[in-house]
Amino acid sequence: MSDAPKHQLKIENLHVSVGDKPILRGVNLTMGHGQTHALMGPNGSGKSTLGLAIMGHPGYEVTDGSILLDGEDVLEMEPNERARAGLFMAFQRPVAIPGVKMADFLRHATTNVRRPDRKEGEDLIPMREFRKELKDKMQHLRMDVEFARRYVNDGFSGGEMKRAEILQLAMLQPKFAILDETDSGLDADAVRLASESIADIGGREKMGLLIITHHDKLLEHNPPEFTHVMLGGRIVETGGKELAEELHRSGYDRIRTAYPEAEARNQEMLNEETAV
Amino acid sequence: MATDVTASERDQIGEINKYNFRTETTGVFKAQKGINKEVVNQISDIKNEPDWMRKFRLDALEIFEQRPMPKWGGAIDLDFQDIYYYLKPTDHQGRTWDDVPDEIKDTFDKLGIPEAEKKFLAGVKAQFESEVIYGSLQEDLSKKGVLFTDTDSAVREHPELLREYFGTVIPPADNKFAALNSAVWSGGSFIYVPKGVHIEFPLQAYFRINAESMGQFERTLIIVDEGASVHYVEGCTAPMYTTESLHSAVVEVIVKRNARCRYTTIQNWANNIYNLVTKRAYAYGDATMEWVDGNLGSKLTMKYPAVHMMEPGARGEILSIAFSSEGQHQDAGAKLVHSAPNTTGQIISKSISKNGGRSSYRGLVKVDPGAHQSKNNVVCDALILDPESRSDTYPYIEVGEQDVQIGHEASVSRIGEEQMFYLLSRGLSESEASTMIVNGFIEPLVKELPMEYAVEMNRLIQLQMEGSVG
Repeated sequence: MSDAPKHQLKIENLHVSVGDKPILRGVNLTMGHGQTHALMGPNGSGKSTLGLAIMGHPGYEVTDGSILLDGEDVLEMEPNERARAGLFMAFQRPVAIPGVKMADFLRHATTNVRRPDRKEGEDLIPMREFRKELKDKMQHLRMDVEFARRYVNDGFSGGEMKRAEILQLAMLQPKFAILDETDSGLDADAVRLASESIADIGGREKMGLLIITHHDKLLEHNPPEFTHVMLGGRIVETGGKELAEELHRSGYDRIRTAYPEAEARNQEMLNEETAV
Repeated sequence: MATDVTASERDQIGEINKYNFRTETTGVFKAQKGINKEVVNQISDIKNEPDWMRKFRLDALEIFEQRPMPKWGGAIDLDFQDIYYYLKPTDHQGRTWDDVPDEIKDTFDKLGIPEAEKKFLAGVKAQFESEVIYGSLQEDLSKKGVLFTDTDSAVREHPELLREYFGTVIPPADNKFAALNSAVWSGGSFIYVPKGVHIEFPLQAYFRINAESMGQFERTLIIVDEGASVHYVEGCTAPMYTTESLHSAVVEVIVKRNARCRYTTIQNWANNIYNLVTKRAYAYGDATMEWVDGNLGSKLTMKYPAVHMMEPGARGEILSIAFSSEGQHQDAGAKLVHSAPNTTGQIISKSISKNGGRSSYRGLVKVDPGAHQSKNNVVCDALILDPESRSDTYPYIEVGEQDVQIGHEASVSRIGEEQMFYLLSRGLSESEASTMIVNGFIEPLVKELPMEYAVEMNRLIQLQMEGSVG
């Protein structure tokens, strides 16, 4: 055990609306230093919403509750301050930014996250130092160096997008990372590689991981200390690794039956989603 | 001469900081304010011109006086009698920077011109107010017969060559501002590249307006003879004053058979400058003419570089970037005229509007009868950074043949909330993020620039973007 500070992400009674529609209705979740949590649940239950609210997406309005990172009020922070404070989300469908090279984008991001007090216009991480580190991390992720010269997510295949998100995770070394279906859209080999990479990065950096997934591979390599099941905008059950295994094996029927009110809300939200 | 600026004005002009300095100069001659026959005659006298040029000027003055102001484009609120049309800053042109008066040399030092010249240019002209005050050309190029001089000197030293082409591509009657330039023109570059000569490094001219209420009317004429090639680059800046100044240039380019010319402009005018410029090239058989045009700053820019493809196989390409901010209107675009069969034209235009700025793309594609099998493609993309800003597209297409390929794509986008959030969520500040998105937007054009200019372009965009997001 080292004497490094122990980090904690604490979410209490979080209510989040999109437009006028309430999505999250009182989520409680506390993550300790370096812990891995699985966040599971059927489509439309609010898993991505939780992640986006933690990162401060402007379309997701927190109407009640709190998010504290090491005791600091995250809700008072802009998204970039949250990133600099040590929060990260690997997005399910990251947006393309044409004309902006991965390397250029990552050099700004890495500099800002490592030097949270950096004023605009101050020097970036020296090019040589940055290139070396980027190259090392890309080799580790078995990515072609050519990748750094491509435009951010522009024309990326599904697998490339996910690997680009993992590369950012590796470079930014957050205290807590939310991985939103980082294993979806990948073939079996790619899922294994992604899972191993995340385990490696998370393990080395003692990162807290909140893993949103529908598959078991990612959790095999990153066995969760806790599994949370979300339904209708709330966490209805929390267990250990065995809960994730049960859901992979048997699906959500037991959960849906056990929590009829939450299930009804979940159906409602799904219907609204498809109506949009 | 420098006018005091208030703190709020200083804030407003902070964006063009690097260029916003004024040089105290005495000047050797300043014509009276306003325009009339007397002023035009005076300019011709000072330059000791041949009669044909004096007549050319006086005829042009008549045309200028008769022509109404253009009714399209932007609002021009200029009092033509409240402008100085001619200001001679020094008695002679320097062949080395040491020959240039200190205060003027200092201006160009600050703009980085002598340094750039040492590093990567084959020749330089520097114009301060009305006159070219410095000129150089690599020795091996002059041995090959390349001419690179200011246009006034060319009238004296190469009268036959100059007269053969002068005013043939853009006659004074072309438009009101071409007529004005023809009447009071001074300075500008004259380039002749002999048959088969390739100039590897760019030739550069730098145009600096320093005085208040000044009009700068340079006149550039480039002749690229058969099989030859040249890349000409011009930069333009001016400091901020409280009253408007006018820049109204005429640029004529002749690209002969199998020759190639690229003309790159990066202008960053202060936002009280009216920039009303006529640029046109004639491209002959299998010749290529490219305009790369970066328009930042100015109060109003109206500029539509044109290529007339005169003979089969000619190519015309125009890449244009316009960036408009508060109080600025960029009415920029391009014209391609296919006057012969198998000619190919392309326009790529990118505009960015922020803080209430207005950018317009105005373009003409014309295929004359007989220009069979010609191809033309236009892509224009606009990026709008906030709800106060505006973008318009005015494409004019006239096609006189059936068997031609004409393409036109236009897009208008706003910086997406998702793109912004993505970059912010990785720790970038709002202005870093929007600068990055904007630089990404113009990247397809910037990568066409020589490296040094690409760096400068990105830096200019950054200056424009700083503090732009609340």
